Amino acid sequence: MAECHPVGFQYVMEAKRRGATIIHVDPRFTRTSAVSDIHVPIRAASDIAFLGGLINHIVSNELDFREYVLAYTNAAAIIGPDFVDTEDLAGLFSGFDPEQATYNHDSWKYEGSPTDTRHKKGTDEDLDASRAEAAGSGGPRVHIKPQLDETLQHPRCVYQLLKKHFARYTPEMVHEVCGIEPAQFQQVADTLVHNSGRERTTALAYAVGWTHHSTGSQIIRAGAILQLLLGNVGRPGGGIIALRGHASIQGSTDIPTLYNLLPGYLPMPHASQHQSLDDWVRADEGAAGFWGNIRDYGVSLLKSWWGDAATAENDFCFDYLPRLTGDHGTYRTVLDQIEGKIAGYFLVGENPAVGSSNGKMQRRGLANLDWLVVRDLVMIESATFWADGPEIETGEMRTADIGTEVFFLPAASHTEKSGTFTNTQRLLQWHHEAVAPPDDCRSELWFYYHLGKRIRDKLAGSTDERDRPLLDLTWEYPEHGVHAEPDAEAVLREINGTGPDGAALSSYTELAADGSTRSGCWIYCGVYADEVNQSARRKPGHEQSWVAPEWGWAWPANRRTLYNRASADPDGKPWSERKAYVWWDQTLADGQGRWTGHDIPDFIADRHPHHVPAEGAQGPDAIGGSDPFIMMTDGKAWLYAPAGVVDGPMPTHYEPPESPVSNPLYPDQQHNPARRSYPHEINARNPDLSEVYPFVFTTYRVTEHHTAGGMSRTLPYLSELQPEFFCEVSPGLATERGLEHLGWATITSARTAIEARVLVTDRMRPLRVAGQVVHQIGLPYHWGPNGLSTGDAANDLVNVTVDPNVNIQDKVGTCAIAPGRRPRGPALLQHVAEHRRRAGVPVDEGKTP
Amino acid sequence: MLSGPRAGCRLVGVRVAWLAVAMRAARTFVEGWPVWRQLTGSDPLGRGHAARSRATDELQNRNATADRVVDSICPYCAVGCGQKVFVKDEKVTQIEGDPASPISRGRLCPKGSASKQLVTSPDRVTTVRYRRPGGTEWEDLDLDTAMDMIADRVLAARRSHWQDEHDGRRVRRTTGISSLGGATLDNEENYLMKKLYTAMGAVQIENQARI
Repeated sequence: MAECHPVGFQYVMEAKRRGATIIHVDPRFTRTSAVSDIHVPIRAASDIAFLGGLINHIVSNELDFREYVLAYTNAAAIIGPDFVDTEDLAGLFSGFDPEQATYNHDSWKYEGSPTDTRHKKGTDEDLDASRAEAAGSGGPRVHIKPQLDETLQHPRCVYQLLKKHFARYTPEMVHEVCGIEPAQFQQVADTLVHNSGRERTTALAYAVGWTHHSTGSQIIRAGAILQLLLGNVGRPGGGIIALRGHASIQGSTDIPTLYNLLPGYLPMPHASQHQSLDDWVRADEGAAGFWGNIRDYGVSLLKSWWGDAATAENDFCFDYLPRLTGDHGTYRTVLDQIEGKIAGYFLVGENPAVGSSNGKMQRRGLANLDWLVVRDLVMIESATFWADGPEIETGEMRTADIGTEVFFLPAASHTEKSGTFTNTQRLLQWHHEAVAPPDDCRSELWFYYHLGKRIRDKLAGSTDERDRPLLDLTWEYPEHGVHAEPDAEAVLREINGTGPDGAALSSYTELAADGSTRSGCWIYCGVYADEVNQSARRKPGHEQSWVAPEWGWAWPANRRTLYNRASADPDGKPWSERKAYVWWDQTLADGQGRWTGHDIPDFIADRHPHHVPAEGAQGPDAIGGSDPFIMMTDGKAWLYAPAGVVDGPMPTHYEPPESPVSNPLYPDQQHNPARRSYPHEINARNPDLSEVYPFVFTTYRVTEHHTAGGMSRTLPYLSELQPEFFCEVSPGLATERGLEHLGWATITSARTAIEARVLVTDRMRPLRVAGQVVHQIGLPYHWGPNGLSTGDAANDLVNVTVDPNVNIQDKVGTCAIAPGRRPRGPALLQHVAEHRRRAGVPVDEGKTP
Repeated sequence: MLSGPRAGCRLVGVRVAWLAVAMRAARTFVEGWPVWRQLTGSDPLGRGHAARSRATDELQNRNATADRVVDSICPYCAVGCGQKVFVKDEKVTQIEGDPASPISRGRLCPKGSASKQLVTSPDRVTTVRYRRPGGTEWEDLDLDTAMDMIADRVLAARRSHWQDEHDGRRVRRTTGISSLGGATLDNEENYLMKKLYTAMGAVQIENQARI
């Protein structure tokens, strides 16, 4: 965090000064470790084993915050009798289909649940990620309130299943899998337990060290289980803090340019299920909680996009939405480009030739397009691959043979346009245009608005039914300035939404399904309340409370901490005065009572803590007074996920796609059985336990550079601070392989070989794992051939295998390392092929057993 | 003309006056010497007024002459630090942390601190560049022409890769147009992108958020 989110880290240091214990778990020793109380070196990708060990410590000793766990989690829920755990199936859960490498989830459900017909074996919806991720602003649905055993003794209650599932994750096993000494593990476990409960809370902060794995979603789930057992969710100083890495990456999922989502985490329709609006809402409509109002959100979106053309009679133009049929994610798309199935590609502030896994695969895709539009500030590698990419050097590609027509359109910088970024805590902050963009530079807002105008002009008069979605689109925005820049505030106001009278709405609870309201992203409704751009509020922090509610605007409803009803006990009183945040005050509203506190309560304002919903209640009416998790259909946080996670109801440790060791926990199940791989000659995988590729590599960032480098390698200050690509190795590995500090090393995987300057440092510590010493090599991934500070791209080494829930790649792999610079030209290909041959990587195809 | 005793007196007086001027100048010079002030004054470590000179006193904060100061947000990571953008003669002259921000409290990291170089970099490409199929060099292209060519290509790709149905099910989409980017864009930009792409029927629309 000190490396990659330094300014946020000031609060960690402040907490430390006030007595907090800081624990840093990371394969490398960083600026964070240097100021932490405890640094725990861990083997990359073994996080579930570590977190599972902590969960086991808590449940086997019953050290959980029992009142919180009973009231606010599904610990007492009883699971159906057909569920079989990994303990009894050698590392698999019940319902696995080995042919499709997917799970049927029927047996994972609460006892008494109806059979879900949506997840039929072998249907293509199991192969796309849309449903799992649609839970981004809410939970997946369950159809019934579970039966409970509040004594937690029923052998099929969640608490007992958790106990059984994690019993194997002992301190000795954590040592075996993660390389963490039992004494240090015990120190961490004791610290967490002692720092949680009524009077104290613990926060977990993570970044892509948790997400970039073929088990990434399950690692986050393990963190959530730990925090729920300790009562650290929805409370001040608690939570699981996702430290996201880009100015508006949270905004990019809220208002997604993602294939499987519409704004506000509404799912893109799927051809096999959603041929009408009724089909599309059927699974969710009426379910308990606010997700049950999905029709209001969906119709308001359709009205925003197709305006008066969207009527109840034509299903509000639902049919204008294109339908999915499977995985249309970025890695599948790149393979489709290689196979010649795609004509055009827009790269918009994105540099996949350096920033995405398996750079060769990316560049091969770029080279096989009809046309490519690159919009960026500087000449990034994804725009120049045809002139000087690595494949030109090796002779794999010849410039004259590359048929891709490339348009480079210069972009406006953040100071040259107005708009909002959504930061990592869901806070929208407006930035104002300071100067006009130079020459041909334009904002993306300008580009897409004017591209849309031109397309619509060219189609004007068309009678083709296929063109109706473009011609009926609401596409009128006020223009200003010499470049006819569309008004970003007008777009934000459309995102917020308007009511029947055309005035800006204040809350998503005002949205309706009858077509009388519009809202481009229901969770952002309220950002333009009272016709005021709430995201532009800048009341100084020192002039308001520590929650600072008048700085920017957070979704939903300007709440700063989600699910904060859980900061009070079931009766609505703070768990302790010290940790008071939101509570029920019976004296308010003329004695009727109201939720109040330091933050905006994330709850129905007048719902009494003891309220019991009427039988058959739907949507928000079905939320009980002590159900803090208002987006979950049972109102509870899930220790066990009976739905919504495609690779298991509980996290399980599997080895990453490439590993130097056998899975010590489940010897019969080396990898996540439901992982998604992309077998292809260009994406070959190193064999497990390979002597040719014996070392682990993991990629990461340094403070002075930013992701794929387009915004940092061209800056003199930053290039001077971190001038060259390097690899971090331990003194032990340096001795073993003859690597010299400040010399060169060649690092080789089945994809390619790259060279880096060698940094020999104790910061990388060899770990004893599964009876052998595992060396890890650290690779900052910011470099590429362009810019002031140059180097090979670390991501060229990475195999693409993804998490089946979210289609995000694993960043950990295995490699060889040797002193000296890498071979040049065709000799590089021979070098890689020689390694592959010795390791037994299939020649024609990347799939290995 | 100067002569006689009075003249001599005057001459002496002039000499004395000159000497006084010279001594004053010498004193000013010596006293202007930081080490003298450091040795004789109350600032023996030379970390305060002893180190000041007229040049120091006349220095002006470059931000003080800015024509305007514009509120902004750092474009790098997702912490969302507040920035103040100083503008003079329609150029960005400095970017500093915003002390009012309850998030950053005036601080910026090395990247945020360097962001003036990001927006004023001479390495920024500010005109459209075009590489024709098989071409070995970049060429110039007028922005208006480029926009028109791109619109034509979008329509052609949309049409040539159009699917009314897939495996017998209605999909009404095109598989010819793909997109990737960028988590440094504004929400309003992502919104127009998704809206336009969806109306085109394009589905292979992805973002850094996947990566």
